[in-house]
Amino acid sequence: MVLLTRKIEFSASHVYHNPAFSPEENKRVFGKCNNPHGHGHNYTLEVTVAGEPDLTTGMVLDLKELKAILEREVMQRMDHRFLNKEVPELAGKIPTCENIARVIWDLLEPKITQGRLHRVRLYETADLFADCYRDGACASNGTGR
Amino acid sequence: MENCVKTELGRRYRFAASHRLHNDRLSEAENWRLYGKCNNPYGHGHNYVVEVLVSGNVDPATGMIANLADLDGFVEREVLEPFDHKSLNEDVAVFRERVPTTENLCIEIYERLKSFPKAKLERVRVEETSNNSFEYAGENAEDLLP
Repeated sequence: MVLLTRKIEFSASHVYHNPAFSPEENKRVFGKCNNPHGHGHNYTLEVTVAGEPDLTTGMVLDLKELKAILEREVMQRMDHRFLNKEVPELAGKIPTCENIARVIWDLLEPKITQGRLHRVRLYETADLFADCYRDGACASNGTGR
Repeated sequence: MENCVKTELGRRYRFAASHRLHNDRLSEAENWRLYGKCNNPYGHGHNYVVEVLVSGNVDPATGMIANLADLDGFVEREVLEPFDHKSLNEDVAVFRERVPTTENLCIEIYERLKSFPKAKLERVRVEETSNNSFEYAGENAEDLLP
């Protein structure tokens, strides 16, 4: 098996706010991320696909195709957007790194048909990131898909 | 399907410290042969980078596996405060008995962080320089990488 990783960058704004919390609780839990006018980041996304290289092409999947999937599913949806309001998949969720990474996993997983999605790593800053990957324990206990 | 995808939170921290690779049970010549310039009796230092990965359920109310303020505070107290701008050999008790290679440093940091109460520690990765890094996920971890 070979792992192939493609990296893209996008910029977006967000705010952390839970309407079920009081203003004080929002401030306490989310700190400066609760600024009502929002704030932004340059996100870096690393998408890793696992598979065997095709005997004819030598590729796990064509990088051009992966690039097009990332453009369509991630860039057009999230780049230069306000994540809370403009990304329907994040509606009602706090757009943390964990939640955004999971939304990206769910968007990409069905679209990658050559090889299979192995890991999504989303950096919010160079020092903060979230990983999503297939839970190995899940398949082995019979609940895998 | 929900449970077939695992999410982890990763955070990077930095500290600067000195160390000397030296084993008292070996002769001077053997130490020099084994550790080379890292055996310099005056020690030398690095800017270490520590990558900490934790897992757990993403709380729907906060969108978080763990609140960064909790994780940062814990790492600060357990690792950064005792290690930053210190001599690992002299100032960290465990390294009076054990050679402070970055392998051993990585294990020590893992041991100090595994009791983090708000999420499960998955693994620790330590960069000694941008060219050398070490990972540890506990003694029973067979596969480091997911």
